[in-house]
Amino acid sequence: MRKILFIIQKEFKQIFRNKAMKPILFVMPFVQLAVLSYTADFTVKNINLFVQDMDNSVLSKELISKIAAFNNFNLKEISNSYKKGFYKIQQNNIDVIVSIPQNFSKNLQTNKKTEVAIIADAINGTKAGVSINYLQNIILDFTKEQASKKGFTNIKQGVNIIKRNWFNPLLNYKLFMVPGILVLLVTMIALFLSGMNIVREKEIGTIEQLNVTPIKKYQFIIGKLLPFLILGIFEFSIGLIIAVLWFKVPILGSITLIYLFTIVYLILILGIGMLISTITNTQQQALFLAWFFSVIFILMSGLFTPIESMPVWAQNITLFNPIRYYVEVIRLIMLKGSSFSSISNNFIIISFAAIFVNLLAVFNYQKTV
Amino acid sequence: MRTFKSFVSKEFKHIFRDKRTLVILFGMPIVLVVLFGFAITTEINNAQIGILNLSKDSYSVKLENKIVSSGYFKINNELQSYKQISELFSKGNVKLVVVIPDKFGKNLINNKNVNIQVITDASDPNTANILSNYLSAIIHDFSNEENIITQSNIIINTELLYNPENKSVYMFVPGVMTIILMLISAMMTSITIAREKELGTMEILLVSPLKPIIIVIGKIIPYLLLSLINAITILLLGLFVFGMPMNGSYILLGLEILLFVLSSLILGLLISTISNSQQTAMLISLMGLMLPTILLSGFIFPISSMPQILQIISHIIPAKWFIIIIKSIMLKGTGFQPIAIETYILIITTIILTAITIKKFKIRLE
Amino acid sequence: MTAEKVIKVKKLNKTFGKFIAVNNISFDVKKGEIFGFLGANGAGKTTAIKMLTGILSSTSGEATVAGYDINKQRNKLKENIGYMSQKFSLYEDLTLKENIRFYGGIYGLSNKQIKQKTNEVLERLNLQKIENTLISEIPLGWKQKIAFSVAIIHNPKIVFLDEPTSGVDPITRRQFWNLIYQATQDGITVFVTTHYMDEAEYCDRISMMVEGNIKAIGSVEQLLVKYKSKNMDEVFIKLARNNENI
Repeated sequence: MRKILFIIQKEFKQIFRNKAMKPILFVMPFVQLAVLSYTADFTVKNINLFVQDMDNSVLSKELISKIAAFNNFNLKEISNSYKKGFYKIQQNNIDVIVSIPQNFSKNLQTNKKTEVAIIADAINGTKAGVSINYLQNIILDFTKEQASKKGFTNIKQGVNIIKRNWFNPLLNYKLFMVPGILVLLVTMIALFLSGMNIVREKEIGTIEQLNVTPIKKYQFIIGKLLPFLILGIFEFSIGLIIAVLWFKVPILGSITLIYLFTIVYLILILGIGMLISTITNTQQQALFLAWFFSVIFILMSGLFTPIESMPVWAQNITLFNPIRYYVEVIRLIMLKGSSFSSISNNFIIISFAAIFVNLLAVFNYQKTV
Repeated sequence: MRTFKSFVSKEFKHIFRDKRTLVILFGMPIVLVVLFGFAITTEINNAQIGILNLSKDSYSVKLENKIVSSGYFKINNELQSYKQISELFSKGNVKLVVVIPDKFGKNLINNKNVNIQVITDASDPNTANILSNYLSAIIHDFSNEENIITQSNIIINTELLYNPENKSVYMFVPGVMTIILMLISAMMTSITIAREKELGTMEILLVSPLKPIIIVIGKIIPYLLLSLINAITILLLGLFVFGMPMNGSYILLGLEILLFVLSSLILGLLISTISNSQQTAMLISLMGLMLPTILLSGFIFPISSMPQILQIISHIIPAKWFIIIIKSIMLKGTGFQPIAIETYILIITTIILTAITIKKFKIRLE
Repeated sequence: MTAEKVIKVKKLNKTFGKFIAVNNISFDVKKGEIFGFLGANGAGKTTAIKMLTGILSSTSGEATVAGYDINKQRNKLKENIGYMSQKFSLYEDLTLKENIRFYGGIYGLSNKQIKQKTNEVLERLNLQKIENTLISEIPLGWKQKIAFSVAIIHNPKIVFLDEPTSGVDPITRRQFWNLIYQATQDGITVFVTTHYMDEAEYCDRISMMVEGNIKAIGSVEQLLVKYKSKNMDEVFIKLARNNENI
């Protein structure tokens, strides 16, 4: 046990001695947490609109001002040239063109049909869809108003949709993103530090010296794991404080449970790092592998895009993604106040994976000797 | 010139000697682009939902059928009471519950107000938003078909430019291509100089008569070649695996790719010159680049929806400009004019990065 | 009365695939002697030393070091040996004192012992002034002396030195050998590999290794007489040529 303490002490000294490392470990993650948590918002706002008004009548102007009054639209330009609008779409300055035809007013007043065209840049399909939906509703409202002005009374009520957002009534994206980004940052730090560690000693040559000492494999691996575990928990705690105090993310569930799961999860991630470290020969190789896995883990975690939207085979891949489980658990505990029984499945999976991966790392380390 | 040649050939040897690394470098982008090209989308199919149908009349059943036949939703649970809703959510599988009120059909026929409740699990607001938008559209359609909406004299024609089938591939594949290309390029060069520092060979380079700019160029050339091979692979995957159209000029696209790759490589080299060990370089290039590039480039989340200050910060992310460029050329088939500003920004960024790198490099010389 | 044998090697073999790195070597090392393990680069010296220190398993044959079987009692063995390699084994980003403390700790020394040993080493090498200096800032010659002191920090029965003096100037090499003599006076057996033939003369007994085989073994005088040579270089050349003729 004493021997392990000496390794831990040595690792800490090496971490803290590296001047360039300190800001990376203690400033960058928190800046990123604070800044990037604001980015993840799928709500379509600020749609840039171009209106081609070929009618130039009172009614067409009324419709345009109704569109312009809508919150999410920025009416950039009104013109009678379609070409101009199209060029602006090419330049990415305009998202949607609304085209009001000649005789718009005349046809409406004589109760004839008239056609309004909506042309959307559909590369961002979501944005296009939402814009069209907004416009349809505005135009529908416009017709209802016109109808009631003319004294029609048989206006149908239609179906109202009442949306209720549970657990996060204001659709505050930060509540959702902050725990997730915190998880990503802690994971990346733990994975990279442990992934580079043993291979670094291999490259420098000190591993050979350690191999001739009577230190046992498990002592060695534990001595290497613990400093990063402590560091990881420290990072997580600071992040959690930022989440609660700055972003006002609630912690509805048990903090003990959060920490318990975090520790098991970190042991798994550090084990993966150690495994990478034992199977590679140079830091460069370790770096590439760690990079490869972290990109996959991050983008397939369900944090940025829903797992439900992936094809089935890709959904199956996410079953091997530890971040997926951790994000799920953190959200369940913090935002929904779930107890152990709701997260027990994830807990068991992560625990088994942690044991398995660490055993594999110890075994692999033995083989390299 | 001869010293330069031998320097470049040394760099090539470093890279090609290590077969394992080479496999990783060429294999990774293929795996990642294929994986993410399919997996990164916000289109949701077969989402599990719960339905609480309080009227069970023919209208409500018709609506239920319409919801299921849309393909977006799958009914996980037919609920009997309000109480069961929170129970269902806490299990975590179901993201949305629809509540159809009592006397649904009767009220519809009598032209009374009918309220359908759509309750989402908004602890994941993105999924909640997407799903409730789908559902609104379905209910809207339903009202239309059942003649519940006032007939209008205004006929709305909609046209989806560049992406008539509304494929989300068009939205995300260019982003995936950009992100992977950028991160791999920057990562490759980020440890080259740090590595020489750590192995002690840097001193030898510094006492050699090579000028800093020559060393920088010599470091870049082999990786530029590797990155271009990667870029071509990624482009081919985009065209043939994901069916991206190519409406613009290949020459223009090639030049823009060259520019973008160059800026990423130099960014990596800059990281390398300011770090004292491979470990530091790696942490900066990964921790510092990965999340900001993914999140601030507009790859997944629309930049226009971000707070003003972040919109400004996003301007310094080269990936943001390249995503616009690649979408414009491939999907819109534009020429140089509409993307001139984006291109100039990339050129200026590259020049600034190069200047800082060389300056940092010189400081070490003194 | 014959001295106690601390290393006993019988028909030790190591093959990597078809390549025979060490071919049936047998020898003994007596307690307290300086045993030189000579040979050209690639003769199999490092492979042999790795097996004797328990980092590499042998393909066949038997050997005990400090009384422990090299394959079966590795942990016991490792507690009783020290090792210093040609590659640098000190942590560059730790100070001199921290390195001593770390290695002392993993060999199970108590804090008191570590303190005492640290003072001893600093005193012997006269390095008190730089005890808190990072290893990366210490000149190579000093580093090697420190590395040796660290390798015997736990008073091992035997210390293995793998090319300890490669790359240093003759004066430092001389000083380094003085340290080795001091260690033997404390009862430590020294097993040293080198490809500097002149260093052989510092050893009590030497063995000559050529392409995995031990070609000759004995004291310097015995070998000079046996091979009718003026110095060890000549002995070596004769042995190597002999090998080619076969």
